[in-house]
Amino acid sequence: MKRTALVYAECADGKLRRVALEALGAARLLAGDGGSVHAVLVGGGPEAALQEAAAELAARGAGVVHVVDDPALAGFAPEAYAAVIGAAVAAVRPSVIVLGHTAAGRELAPRVAASVGGGHVADVTAIDLQGDGGADAVFTRPLYAGKAFEQRRFLPGAPGVLTVRPNNLPVAEPVAPGSEGVIAALPYPAPPLWTTVRSVVRKTGGTVDLAEADIIVAGGRGVRSAEGFAPLAALAAVLGGAVGASRGACDAGYCDYALQIGQTGKTVTPKLYIACGISGAIQHLAGMSQSRVIVAINKDPDAPIFGVADYGIVGDLFEIVPLLTEQFRTLLSKPG
Amino acid sequence: MKLVVLIKQTFDTEEKIELVNGAVADDSVKFIINPYDEYALEEALRLREAHGGSVTVVSCGSDRAVEALRTALAMGADEAVLLEQDGLPDDGHAVAAALAVALQPMLPDLILAGLFAVDRGAGSIALQIAERLGLPHAAAALKLEVRDGDSAGAARAAGGNGADAKPVKAHNGASWGSGDKVAVVVRDTEWGDETVEIPLPALITAQQGLNEPRYPSLPGIMKAKRKPLRQVSIHDLGLDAGDLAPRTERLALLAPPLRAAGRKLSGAPAEQAALLAELLQREAKLF
Repeated sequence: MKRTALVYAECADGKLRRVALEALGAARLLAGDGGSVHAVLVGGGPEAALQEAAAELAARGAGVVHVVDDPALAGFAPEAYAAVIGAAVAAVRPSVIVLGHTAAGRELAPRVAASVGGGHVADVTAIDLQGDGGADAVFTRPLYAGKAFEQRRFLPGAPGVLTVRPNNLPVAEPVAPGSEGVIAALPYPAPPLWTTVRSVVRKTGGTVDLAEADIIVAGGRGVRSAEGFAPLAALAAVLGGAVGASRGACDAGYCDYALQIGQTGKTVTPKLYIACGISGAIQHLAGMSQSRVIVAINKDPDAPIFGVADYGIVGDLFEIVPLLTEQFRTLLSKPG
Repeated sequence: MKLVVLIKQTFDTEEKIELVNGAVADDSVKFIINPYDEYALEEALRLREAHGGSVTVVSCGSDRAVEALRTALAMGADEAVLLEQDGLPDDGHAVAAALAVALQPMLPDLILAGLFAVDRGAGSIALQIAERLGLPHAAAALKLEVRDGDSAGAARAAGGNGADAKPVKAHNGASWGSGDKVAVVVRDTEWGDETVEIPLPALITAQQGLNEPRYPSLPGIMKAKRKPLRQVSIHDLGLDAGDLAPRTERLALLAPPLRAAGRKLSGAPAEQAALLAELLQREAKLF
């Protein structure tokens, strides 16, 4: 198997996101031995940060890193970014294009797929190489937010676009010294700037993005109020995790819909999911039951959430969660 | 204003998914309008109430999707179009190609759709249509307002936030829309609530929180029976074989790995908290 793969290497605040390295890992796998891997890096200064990101991609197996640096690209503009990826596609002619299944990746992938007349497989959680010499790549992705899964492959004839779910695929490891890739500037193709960004109101609270978080502390109706999320946020902060919520908590107005996990909302697969005051309705379980380890804290011993939890505590979250926060504060402050 | 809403009929989110003979069992299942598409429809109805015009709902699906379209008509849409999925492969590329061809002659000022459908969850079709029709898009709208564009806005767009001025080109369909209206959209992103301005015609996807969809009223249900519902065959669209050829194929459908219930801890709250921390460290090896 020998393919040309192109990765959109997403940055946040001037730094490569981990999902970009996971996408690079997927691209290296799909390119196969002797295939070529290209990355496209988009930004609008500062140039040093972009060069640093490019160097990291080159050190982790991107044969050529195409850097498109223009002040107009400082903020995310879907049509402009899609045009940049289109320019890289025209230069590289890849058979597969890999992006992260992030807010930006989810917007770019369909536009790129349509512009090249190709297929799109979204939210990939696993990749298996099958067939002669791994000629066929089989992608696993959730349906109904994880109530079922499908395996899909690209048909030959047009490039395939896939988005990989954060946290599910291994990051690209560094290559041997001396075999790093090269960094090349790609001119900005300057499409019409349709989207004008007027303002961005940064979300307060969580500094860790839900989709990429290793640890999620989620609250349901049991948190009883917006203030009820405070102990959960404290635990998440100690664990370096993110706060999530069930639909019940969002519908009750305790938190923003942006935090919602479930079939309507986000599907997450962290290493650790701590469900606090969440009963475990089927639509919530759909969004989180693929987490590696699940902890449930609920007053109701018969809550369905205990049916999927590895560890269950029957009790009052307002009592248990602060105690857990203290436990972890002590545990994680100890060296080693 | 000509408003078009893309809707998909989906399983109710409370339904269990059962696989029978390699397919998802769909007998005795409750079907609904995809919840995100309902937000899109509600927003279209509100825009029509504010600005006048018409709301057309469009769905690609089986005959059963007529129910979803009738519901949309009962909520207040003016007319409905069912693009029959017979002849379309199970692949987003062909569905997007067909819908784009079906939508273009409608010359909508605004196409609204859900952020994603709760069954496939890809969020791909609407944005592929935007690309195919050469329209700008704003995804995951939390607030939406349509207003007259002003030259200052155009200048801002051309200036690209203070960069060298670049000409604002009309997109491909120059005669499509008067080009004097803009949508101001607050959209939900990972980096915060972003307010963007895009010129119409455009495509916007709806995020949860955009509005509270209305229920069909009894008079609405009665009226819906007399509203136009057109069924369009794929063959009527004049697509070529290349457009209809699938780009991906499903190899298998799998049930999720079963999760056995784990261990319930016991003891005083402080003991349970200590035990949990220890188990997560020693047994689950998380820390």
